Parts: sequence; structure tokens; C-alpha cells
Amino acid sequence: MRALPVAARLYVGLVALGAATVILLGVLLGPIAEVDLDTLLLLAILFVIAESIATMVDSGKTGISPASAASLAAVVLVGPVGAAVVGIASGLVIRRQDLVKRLFNGAQFVVAGYASGTVFQLFGGRMGVPDPGAFPWIILPFTGAVLTFSLCNTLLMTGLMWSLGELRLRRPRHVRWRPLATLELSSIGYAMLGLFIAAIWDAVGPFAVLLVLLPLFIARWAFDQYVFQQRAHDATLAALCQAVETKDYYTRGHCMRVAKAAAMIAEELGMSAERVQTMRYAGMLHDIGKLGVPTKILQKAGKLTEEEFAAIQLHPMRGYEIVREIDFLDEALVGILHHHERMDGGGYPMGLAGEDIPEAARLVSVADVFDCLTSTRSYRTAWSAEDAIAELRRCAGTQFDPRMVEALVRAVEREGWEVPDLVEPLSEECEARAARTPQNGTGARTGEAPADVVPAGAEPAAQNGAGADVTVGAVEEAAGS
Amino acid sequence: MTNSTSTALPRRTGGAHGRQWRAVGWTRPLLIGAALAAAAGSLLWTAAVSGFEQPRITLAFGVLVAVGEFARITLPGGREVAPVAAASAMSYAFLFTIAGEPVLHSGLQVVAVVAVGMALGELPHIMVGRPPQWGDLARRMLSVAVIALLFKPLVALVDLDGPLWWMALVLMAVIVVVVWAADSVAAAAIRADRLRTRFVVTVRDEMRAQVAIGMAVGASAILMALSVHVMGLTTLLVFIAPLLVTEVAFRRYAQIRRTYLQTVRALSRVTEVGGYVEPGHSRRVSRLAQGIGCELGMSESELLELEYAALMHDIGQLSLRDPIPSGATVLASPREQSSIAELGSAIIRETGVLDGVAELVRRQWEPYTGDGDAGPPPLGSRIIKVANAFDDLVGDSTDRDRVEAVLQRLRMDTGHEYDPMVVEALATVLQRPHPSRRDD
Repeated sequence: MRALPVAARLYVGLVALGAATVILLGVLLGPIAEVDLDTLLLLAILFVIAESIATMVDSGKTGISPASAASLAAVVLVGPVGAAVVGIASGLVIRRQDLVKRLFNGAQFVVAGYASGTVFQLFGGRMGVPDPGAFPWIILPFTGAVLTFSLCNTLLMTGLMWSLGELRLRRPRHVRWRPLATLELSSIGYAMLGLFIAAIWDAVGPFAVLLVLLPLFIARWAFDQYVFQQRAHDATLAALCQAVETKDYYTRGHCMRVAKAAAMIAEELGMSAERVQTMRYAGMLHDIGKLGVPTKILQKAGKLTEEEFAAIQLHPMRGYEIVREIDFLDEALVGILHHHERMDGGGYPMGLAGEDIPEAARLVSVADVFDCLTSTRSYRTAWSAEDAIAELRRCAGTQFDPRMVEALVRAVEREGWEVPDLVEPLSEECEARAARTPQNGTGARTGEAPADVVPAGAEPAAQNGAGADVTVGAVEEAAGS
Repeated sequence: MTNSTSTALPRRTGGAHGRQWRAVGWTRPLLIGAALAAAAGSLLWTAAVSGFEQPRITLAFGVLVAVGEFARITLPGGREVAPVAAASAMSYAFLFTIAGEPVLHSGLQVVAVVAVGMALGELPHIMVGRPPQWGDLARRMLSVAVIALLFKPLVALVDLDGPLWWMALVLMAVIVVVVWAADSVAAAAIRADRLRTRFVVTVRDEMRAQVAIGMAVGASAILMALSVHVMGLTTLLVFIAPLLVTEVAFRRYAQIRRTYLQTVRALSRVTEVGGYVEPGHSRRVSRLAQGIGCELGMSESELLELEYAALMHDIGQLSLRDPIPSGATVLASPREQSSIAELGSAIIRETGVLDGVAELVRRQWEPYTGDGDAGPPPLGSRIIKVANAFDDLVGDSTDRDRVEAVLQRLRMDTGHEYDPMVVEALATVLQRPHPSRRDD
């Protein structure tokens, strides 16, 4: 591990000093004498076991531990000083960790335990196993203790992050509240169980902890499995999508970039996390039906015959057919089916117009065209993000939903957009393409041009002058991709 | 021969032996019959003779069982579980006292209450056309009946407030473990029958699949019984919280597993839509491969890998510029076959999580005697090779003569190309009136 910054060392030292003071005062002033030492020892051992198992089971991301239940049980059973002493045990946890971290963890639990114990007694909680008569009013002081515990831990951790320089103060709007709230809530949930461990402590002693925590460990294990499978699923989906694109060198990575753009728009529109994910899937899979279109049509330069164009127009339908059995896609399905509809009703496959086009489809359409314009094709170089945005704005209302375009613009302004940088393809491929390019320049007119093929004249330079007519074609044809 | 392949080969000798161990078809009807009889008998007895003791407690547990049953989940492999219902029912059987007040109900009453609760919980599911898996339901019901009948007479011997209080804990734990093991064996028998695979293999599969959730349910049941003993009925709801968290986690896990399978199944069709292979090819190969895998006693995790590999075995063709005629790889040259397999395997390896599947796909074209120094390909690859060849040659046809002719052709190539054991397993699978299916 790299050396800690001075500020962090100082901070850990301070917290440790505070913890030591608490323990010393407790021992010297005598409240420790009233504590049942057997209970204290058992609790400490349990704490270590719970925390160790938690680290073994956990993937290390969540940062909360069910061992806090043991800590809170100590608050009830052995009072503030007892809880502080139990907290020391967290320094002994079996895991690979260096001394400074252990010191900090120990000190953190000591301080939090002492503070919450004090609050518990301030609100009228009594030390020792609560008798049945104490319910349900004992909940009040205990809730106070839990909140104090959670607050202490959060504050101490924030302090550490800040002193490590890993925490930057952000404007409240940009902080992701949801994961934070989930984390806090679950840690409070764990801590609440402490009361119940304390309550049945008399009947079954330390087995109480085992019985309470076993289901939780299993839950956590199952949850980890879930997270793993989720990642595996996403990776598989992405790999298969990319496999579909391998045929055409220039469209490589297209699906992943459209997925990203779609997610950016969805986030900008304030959609829920699940819908953002759905839009991402829609973007990822929107062109999967291209596979049903023969390669030679996709890569054909120049004019397409009626039949060839009809074959291309089939691809949203084909894509829909492939993925419609996947339940989770949900709204994404209509996004895939309708991503070539136009606001003025001139699109395909159904010719829907305006609000009749599903929201997902309007969103994917913008993301799709934006990526087409900003990436290199065999017949032209990539546009800059600014040019592409100007083009999208120009076609907003006729082809695109202005709301989606503006959302994309805001998102790109805030987060930026990395134009894919393409390594030049193998030289023979280049030559093969170069041989075909001149045909493109001969000004294929709008609608009938192949998907993905933009006349060479449609470069941004042309856009300023007389090329306006041609640029209309640019977007329309890019939209055909 | 390398170590990795030697694990697959001894199965050949185990084939005949394994067949003897195959479970007979009456396990499931027997369990369902026993559960029905237990429910009817205990209900009659309780309603007509003894009457329902302590209605408040009865009602509380009955409602919990019903709610838990309503919230049942289906784990991967089509296993239906209802953790909350199971734990509530078990803790009802385990009750000693309710905050000092003695418990009066008999074991028969426990069975009756649980039966009614389960029926009520299932009712909405049945009404919307999602009937439970009756075998699993019967197992859940019978587990509780066995626990009640075992525990009730024994608990009288233990004094929970005396020095031997821990005996009660040990007793409960032992009963939970014994009943869990018996339940797994019953589940394995049903499964072996349904998939037509070996009993020993399914016992291992069931135990592995049920151990985590079984522990959570057992611990929660004991905890709930104890908490009611100490603090009365009100704490019941609180102590079910850890189990609820567990159930939620498992529900999400089961869901993503289903989704994963759906995605792979759907995307395996891109090769069909692209005109690289015949429509339905991937699915037919996958179903055949699974039937053969079951026949040869593959474990559940191996079968899943096999299913993924079979579904995606032709994905390498996406990299071909033009489809090979009718997509039949069996007619392609070994060099083409090998390059398709390599490309497909590279695509799958790209996921970073399906390395086993990628390996099966990579070696699917090799003759069963092996190619070069690497030794014979893994069993999964050999199965895919046979299933793929069979489907390429037969296609959608169900004509018996054609099937026989193709089988004969495969048999003639067993000297070098196809694994004779796999071909014979295929013949067995094809003889069945209905191909075995997995419902998950």
C-alpha cells in the first residue's frame, strides 16, 4: 500500500486517541466494574467472528457489516463502556489489512459504541438484558442509540475520506442519493437487530447472534451471487451484440456507444434507474436485426434498388423478433421496433408520427443518429460533436423529438462525448473501400440510399454553403443505419 | 490422458450402474398422496375431535404461512420454495411457550393449520393460472408434518429453563438437518424421474441447491420459536425480517438467472435470422444435448454450461462473410469447422465469465479420439458434436426412417469421429415418446 498522506495519519491518530481516552476514563472511573465480564468477552468474540465472516462473504463493495448488530447488542447488554470495549475487537478481525486501517476501524467502533451507549442511557434505557415488561417502550432509547451509532460511523468515515483527499465536495444535486440512502438504511436495519439479540440473550446466550446473523449472511451471499450474475449477463449481452457487428469494420462499437448515449439522454430526462437501464438495453440491441440483412446490401455503395431498400427496412422488425422473448427488455422492445420512425410520420416500419411513437424509440433514434454522425464511416470521416448537434437540432421536430435532442445536448455538454477513434483498417480493406467511394460522391438522392451511407459531399464544410440539400440526406441516411 | 478428461471418461462404466439407481416414477404421486392424506386426516381430527386450541396463535401462524406461501419463489432449476411459509410453519411446530404461557396445540393441529395456510396462499396463484409444482408443495407440507410429529413427543422431555436448556436447541437443529436431508432426497427422486437422469447425481444437485436457503429457513424457524418463548407473539414479525431479506436476495438471484438464460436463448437465434443456420437449429441441438447430458449423468452445473454452449455453438459463423450452404457445419471441411469453433469461442470468451462454455465451443468439432496433443475433448464438446451432426442431417423432420438412417450413419463413424457412448445415449433419448424438457 502506498504511504498515507499526513492529514490522514493525523486524523487516524486523533480518532484513536479519542477512543483510548474513552476506554481509559471508563476503566478508571469505574463503570466497567458493573459489567458482566463473561457477557463482554462473549460479545467481543462474536463481534470478531461476525465481522470476519462478513468480510469473507462480502465482495467488499458494500462497506457495511452485520457485526454492528453485535455492537448494538453490547450497548444494551453491557452499557457504553462495554460497547466501547467490544469495539476494540474489530481491530482483531481476520482479514488482510494493514495496521493503520485496523487501528482506525477499532477506534471508530469504540467511539461509535460509546456514543450510542451514552445516548441509550440518556433516553432512559437500562443496562442488562431487557425484561419482557420493557417492550415496546425500550424501542425509543434504542432507536436513538442506533441513529447515533450510524451517524458516528458515517461522520468518522467521511472525515477519513476527506483527509485522504478521496472526497470532493459536490453540489447536492449531483450526489447520488439513492445508493447512499440504501446503504444507510440497511446499516440501520442491521443495527436494529441488536436489540433482539439482547432480548433473547438470556434464553440462548451467544446462539442468539448466530441465529439472527445466519440468515443475513446467506442473504448477503445470495445477493453477491445476484450481482455476479447481473454482471455476467451484461457482459454476455454486450459481447453478443458486438459479435453481430464484426462483419462491418466501421460499425464496430456502435451498439455500445448508442447504449451509452441512450443512457445519458434517459438520465438527463430524470428517468428512474431501471428505465435508464432499459434504455441502455434498447440502444445496445437496436440494430440486432441488421444481421438478417445480407452483408452485400449493407455495404453496397450507391443506389439501392427498391427490394434492397425494403430488405433494410425490415431490420427493426427482425430485431424485434429476435429479442421479444426476453422479458426484462420490456419497454426497450418498442424502442427497437420503432427506432426508425420519424416525428413527421415518414419513417418505418409503421409510419407512426409524433407522440404515437413510443418514448423509447424517439430516444434511441436520437442516440443512434448522433453516434452515426460522430463516427467514421467507410465513405466519410467523423463529424465533430458540435456539428452533429447542430444537425440534430436542425432536424428536431421533423425527424426527431426536440425534447430528446435537447436532453442529449445538455448531457453531452456536461459529460462530454468521446468520439471513437478508429485504428485504420487493414490496407487491402482500405483499398477495397477506396475503390468504391467515388460512386458515393455522385450524389445519391435522399431516401433510396443505403443505410449508413452518406454521400461524400455531406461533410460539415458543405453544410455551410450550398450543401443544405445534401445534408438533409445525410441525417436521413444516417438514420437509416 | 490428462486429468481433466479422465473425469469424464469413467462415466462410461458407470452407465449401466447408474441406470439401476434411476428413481421409479411413483415418488411424486406418492408424496402428493401422503400430503393430501396428512392434510385431510389432521384437519378432520382437529376440527371434529380436538378442536383448534389457542385461536389467536393459530390465526397468527396460519396467516404467516399463507402470506409466505403466496410469496413463494422459483429458484434456478425450477425449484419452488417458500422460505417464509416454511420457517413460520416450522417455528409453529417448535413452539415451547408463549412468553411463559404453555402451548396446548397438538402435532396434528400444526399439520392442519399449515395445510389450510398453504391452501389459502396458493389460491390466488391458482386463480390466475399459475398452479404450484404439486410435488414441491407436497414436500413442503410433509416436512412440517414430520417435524411436528418428531418434535412434539421429544420436547416434553426437555426443560427449557433448566441447566439442560441447550438440549432443546440441539434437538431442534438436529431435526432441521435430518428433515432437510430427507427432503432433498425426495426432491432428488422427483427430479431424477423428471429429467431421466441418475438419482445419485440429482441428490448432490439438490443438496447443493438447497443448502443455503435451507440453513436460512432452519435458523429463522428456531429463532422465531425462541423469540416467541421469551417475548410473546408480537416479536414474530420482527424476527422474520432477516429471512425476508434472504428471500428478497434469492428472488432477485433467481430472476437474473432466468433472464440470463432467456437472453442467451434469444440471442442464439441471431444465427438463424442471419440465415447462417436452419431455423430452430440451436434450440433443437440444445434440447438434444441436454437430454444426452442427463442420460450420461451430468450434474446440474455441467448441464447449464452444456446448454449455453449448445445454444451458442454456431455463433462463430457470424464472422463468416457468407453463410455456408444451409448452415450445416457437419458438411463443412474440418478446417472450416475448426475456424468457426475458434471464432465462436473467442466471442464467448469476450464475456469474461463463460470460459467453460467457450472451451466447450472451441473443441466441439474435434473427433472424439482427440486432435493433436490435447487429448480427447471434454464430454460436453463430444455431446454437442453428436447433437449438431444429428440435427444437421435430420433437421426438423420427425420421420422415423430418416432418424434411424442418420443414427446408423453416426454409428458408422464411431471409430474415430463420434463418441460411441454419446451416440448410444442419443439413440436412447430419441426412443422416448417425449423428449425430456427442463422447465426453468
